[in-house]
Amino acid sequence: MRAFARIIAAAVLLVMAHGSARAAETQVAVAANFTAPAKEIAAAFRTATGHTATLSFGASGAFYAQIANGAPFEVFLSADADRPAKAENDGFAVPGSRFTYAIGRLVLYSTIAGMVDPAGAVLKRGTFAHLAIADPVAAPYGAAAVETIARLGLTTTVRPKLVTANSITNAYQFVATGAAELGFVAQSQVIGVTGGSRWLIPAALHAPIIQQAVLLRTGAANPAATAFIAFLRGPQAAAIIRRYGYEVTAH
Amino acid sequence: MNQVIATTVELAGVTTVLLLLIATPLAWWLARSRRWWKEIVAAVAALPLVLPPTVIGFYVLIALGPASPLMTLLHPFGVRTLAFTFEGLVIGSLFYSLPFAVQPLRTAFEGVGDRPLELAATMGAGPFDRFATVAVPLARRGFLSAAVLVFAHTVGEFGVVLMVGGGIPGRTEVLSTRIYSLVESMQFGVAHRIAAALVAFAFVALLGLLLVDRRIGLPRP
Repeated sequence: MRAFARIIAAAVLLVMAHGSARAAETQVAVAANFTAPAKEIAAAFRTATGHTATLSFGASGAFYAQIANGAPFEVFLSADADRPAKAENDGFAVPGSRFTYAIGRLVLYSTIAGMVDPAGAVLKRGTFAHLAIADPVAAPYGAAAVETIARLGLTTTVRPKLVTANSITNAYQFVATGAAELGFVAQSQVIGVTGGSRWLIPAALHAPIIQQAVLLRTGAANPAATAFIAFLRGPQAAAIIRRYGYEVTAH
Repeated sequence: MNQVIATTVELAGVTTVLLLLIATPLAWWLARSRRWWKEIVAAVAALPLVLPPTVIGFYVLIALGPASPLMTLLHPFGVRTLAFTFEGLVIGSLFYSLPFAVQPLRTAFEGVGDRPLELAATMGAGPFDRFATVAVPLARRGFLSAAVLVFAHTVGEFGVVLMVGGGIPGRTEVLSTRIYSLVESMQFGVAHRIAAALVAFAFVALLGLLLVDRRIGLPRP
C-alpha cells in the first residue's frame, strides 16, 4: 500500500514537473510603438505554446541602456535596427538571432477633424501652437519625424512649435489629450481610432523604420524566449502585425 | 546647459515661494483646528507623497489640456492650454511638493503650543497678530525646513515634468529630464557629471538645513 502511494506521489510530481517545465516565462522588452500588437501576439503565443511572455514597454533607447547594465530582459523588440545591432556587437545578444519583425509607418495625426489634410499642408500653414514628436535621439519614430520635417524643408518653420515627448507613447498622449493639436505618431497607435484627421507619411520622406528583434544572452537557455522569437517570425504573428499597419517582410 | 540650470532654479524658486504662501494657512489650520474632518484634509494634502509622479503628471496633463474645465475658464483670455509652459510646470510642482511644505509647517505650528498664544491673547493681541508676531517666529525652523525641502524636491522633479513639459529649451527643460535624455542617447559621461552635481547640491542643501536648524533652535524664555 505504501509502495503504491509512493508511486502515485512520484507520478503526480512527474506530471507537475513536466507541466511546469513546459510553461516557462520570458521577459520581453518592447518598443513603445509596438505595444498593442505585442499584447495580441503574447496572448496568441500563450494559447499556442503555453509559455508566458511578460512584456515591458518603453523607449528603445532607455531599454538599451538598461540591457547594457544587466537588466533581466531576454528578448528585445526595438523600434530600430541600430540598437539590436549594437547589442550584438557589444556581446549582449545571441549572434545570428537578429531579424526584422516589422517595418513601421509614421502618421501625422490630430484629434481635431479637418486639422491634418492628406498632403500635410497644415505643417507649412502653421495654424497650430504645438506639434508633438517623440525624442529623435531615443525613439526612431521621433528621428523619422525630424527627417520628414527636414525633407519638407520646414525645420526652422516648425522648430518653435515642437514639443518633444520622451517616447512615442508620450507623444501620442500629448496629441490624444489635445495639449498638442497634432503630432507624429506610429500608425499602429491610431489604426483603431476613428475620427480626427491624419496623413500617412509617404515612405519616401524618411529612412524606413526597420524594427528588429534580437534574442539576448540572458534568454539563450530559456525555452520560452527562443519559442517567442520563433513565434514572432511565424505566420500567426505576421497576420497580427500587418493588421496594425506595419509591413512584414517574408523571413 | 546654462539655460537648463536657470529653468530648474527658477522652477524650484517660484514653487518654493508660492508653496510657502499656500501651505502656511493650510498648515496653521491643520495645527489649530479641532474639527473632526481635519485629518481627512491632511491625508488629501499628503497624497502626492505616495502617488507616483507620473500619475500626478498624467492628471496634470489632462487638467491643463484644452478639454479640461479649468482651461475653459482661460479660453476667453486666449490661453488654449498650459501644458508645455513654465506656468504648467509650476502648477504640477505645487501639487508634487505640497506635502513637503505642509508637513514641516504643521509640525512647527503644533510645536508652538497653546500657552504662548493664550498669553498673547491676554495681552490683547488679535488672531492675526498672534499668528504673525508670536506663532511665526516660534515656528521659523518649520519655515526653513519647508523652504529647503520644497526647493530640493522640486529640483529633483522628473515624472511630472516628463509628462507635462515637452522639453522646450529655456522653458520646460530641467536638469532631471536632461539627464534622462543623455542616458537615452548613451552620453553617460555628461549624465554622470550632472547627476554628481545634483547629488552634491542636495547634500549641501540638507546639511546646511540641519546645521542652521540647530543654530537657530527654539528661543529660550
